[in-house]
Amino acid sequence: MSETATAPTPARLAQQARAKAPLEVTGAQSLVLSLEAMEVDTVFGIPGGAILPAYDPLLDSVKVRHILVRHEQGAGHAAEGYAAATGKVGVCMATSGPGATNLVTALADAHMDSVPIVAITGQVASAAIGTDAFQEADIRGITMPITKHNYLVTDPAEIPRVIAEAFHIASTGRPGPVLVDISKDALQASTTFSWPPRIDLPGYHPVTRPHSKQIREAARLIAAAERPVLYVGGGVIRADAAEEVRQFVELTRIPVVTTLMARGALPDSHELHLGMPGMHGSVAAVTALQKSDLLITLGARFDDRVTGQLSTFAPEAKVIHADIDPAEIGKNRTADVPIVGSCKDVLVDLIEAVDTDIDSGRAGDYTAWRERTLGWKRDFPVGYTEPENATLAPQFVLERLSAIAGPEAVYVAGVGQHQMWAAQFVQYERPRAWLNSGGLGTMGYAVPAAMGAQVGEPDRTVWAIDGDGCFQMTNQELATCVINNIPIKVAVINNSSLGMVRQWQSLFYNERYSNTDLHTSADGTRIPDFVKLADAYGCVGLRCERPEDVDDTIRKAMEVTDRPVLVDFIVHRDAMVWPMVPAGVSNDAIQVAKDTAPQWDLEDSDAVEQDEDADNSEELGTDDAVVANAVEAEGKDA
Amino acid sequence: MSQHTLSVLVENKPGVLARIAGLFSRRGFNIHSLAVGETEHPEISRITVVVDVEGLPLEQVTKQLNKLVEVLKVVELDATAVQRQVMLIKVRADSATRSQVLELVQLFRAKVVDVASESVTIEATGHAEKLEALLGVLEPYGVRELVQSGLVAIGRGPRSITDRALRGA
Repeated sequence: MSETATAPTPARLAQQARAKAPLEVTGAQSLVLSLEAMEVDTVFGIPGGAILPAYDPLLDSVKVRHILVRHEQGAGHAAEGYAAATGKVGVCMATSGPGATNLVTALADAHMDSVPIVAITGQVASAAIGTDAFQEADIRGITMPITKHNYLVTDPAEIPRVIAEAFHIASTGRPGPVLVDISKDALQASTTFSWPPRIDLPGYHPVTRPHSKQIREAARLIAAAERPVLYVGGGVIRADAAEEVRQFVELTRIPVVTTLMARGALPDSHELHLGMPGMHGSVAAVTALQKSDLLITLGARFDDRVTGQLSTFAPEAKVIHADIDPAEIGKNRTADVPIVGSCKDVLVDLIEAVDTDIDSGRAGDYTAWRERTLGWKRDFPVGYTEPENATLAPQFVLERLSAIAGPEAVYVAGVGQHQMWAAQFVQYERPRAWLNSGGLGTMGYAVPAAMGAQVGEPDRTVWAIDGDGCFQMTNQELATCVINNIPIKVAVINNSSLGMVRQWQSLFYNERYSNTDLHTSADGTRIPDFVKLADAYGCVGLRCERPEDVDDTIRKAMEVTDRPVLVDFIVHRDAMVWPMVPAGVSNDAIQVAKDTAPQWDLEDSDAVEQDEDADNSEELGTDDAVVANAVEAEGKDA
Repeated sequence: MSQHTLSVLVENKPGVLARIAGLFSRRGFNIHSLAVGETEHPEISRITVVVDVEGLPLEQVTKQLNKLVEVLKVVELDATAVQRQVMLIKVRADSATRSQVLELVQLFRAKVVDVASESVTIEATGHAEKLEALLGVLEPYGVRELVQSGLVAIGRGPRSITDRALRGA
């Protein structure tokens, strides 16, 4: 059989297309050629009726690897994990109707956390749109509020342009998800393919270069400040600006906090790194923000989990707010100096401006403030108490995992207590080592996102750190991992509960544990038995229940490289995440343990303006502080 | 409560109005009036939206609108802009009252566009206060049916916001 008799491969078609003239192809071939032209190497997806035409040429593509997942949500999170770990655009594919709606959670997640992904969905034939046809759902309408942009394509000639635009929009400005819905008839029809198409986006001009006047104004505030803090958010990771953050910190010696989305933006080992701010942030990070007189905010968005009660957040601070999305600036907190631009460009210009100030003797002096913040860091390290009955402390598991797997590994968490412990007790030394669902808080993110990260970073160790609740939402992707040789490692922090909900029930609902018991380890019931489950999937399954076995178990897991491995860490059920600022109250009310405020030194005690209950006042131990509070309270009455 | 009139220039594509309406509802912005139509450039549509802003800076509304990929330009029109609404009013009017109704129509420089034995239909154009006043004097005769358009508005003077939008593109 001569070659001319067989269908040309997409790779060959692409070569011809690059050479010159438009090619006669189907819409489906045009789609695959467009993906190849965008240098897509991996697509996560599941075929079905409406997208079926696209899967035929996909089979022939030698450049695009399609990974068949077990649930479309897994495809979406895998694309997110791939994107977050590599910085490249992640791609997922699904059919119409339920295939597309199963992507919704992952799209909303990517939208909240600014993750660049492109989702391609099949749609019923254009003539059937609007008739409630089999597997029809208006996925463009459904995803309008949770995508950066989306398309419905019914004309096959538009496919190359729309795909090019989708990747452009997803990856530039503030990154985000873009959905391209293509009707089945458009995939089947004949069209021509030529590359590159003309991108036509007259209303899309993201600003990346900051305004020099704003930079000068920011530098002026920085020089004048006495208690500045660098408030670093996930935008720094997305902009690949970690190196610039380090330079800025070395230059100015200003203390730094990194939000949940920015862990690793500055190495945790850096002496000026105060930790994570927010509801479960370190005392040093939370207090530094509260006492600051200048927040230098980079790619962060004053999320309620960081600010607590907004009206009492950092009350004395002026705000420099740099973000690539103008709508974030002034949304929650008024900015004194708004700067629209990418964090990288902003930092480069800011470093230059501050450097000039230093050279001309206008440098700020933050020595006293720095000492104070580092004192808090020293006095209130994030720690935990060992369980009394020799059971396993979850925090200890994460400490040891961090020590053994090291800073070059990728850590991908689900949502809940284990996520907070992973943020607190794993030491992050580089950007993109920490992936999690921050904004949407999607349980079930970890396993599929770890799978995507492992595909994007095949040479790194990838640990999914999951809870026993989260894990049961998406663990079927272990099958995908086994079959496609994606050797992720999963640490299930198994406390037999929906742990974070249980913690709130312990603290705020009189220990009435309504529907939080998962029966995955407590009292000897293992439903399911995660080790057997791992075994059933063809993974290695390990279990660890005693502190003395933790290191050996992790090492054993590290030695497995030819298939996924799962470790079922049976941990102390009543362990809680501390410190904690209860929802909706001032960050001044931070507690380091139940009903326990930090024990401040005398000089700092005047700063604790929380409404103490009797116990806390005693805990403070400084009569002056109690008197001061009492006097202030009386003053208010009068 | 304060009202602002925004002119939003958008690409003339299917689904754009849904995007804008959806944005307003999910961000909790309250639309008072909305009017959409093609501009002198067929590829550009112009949406005039009057928005009630309470406790939320107008800036956030315009920034969120500007984030939409198909939005080309958002301009706030000030009070000096020419603002017009169209109202069609079907009023009860028989031989006994018709002449009084017609007199009122003339006073308000409105127009009668349909007459029947028991009613007249009046077309009135103007700003909201004028239309409200007209409605007030017609009410005693019996308003049987009323329909009104959204507000359209255009800035005074020779400058064109569509020209500038095209140049920006």
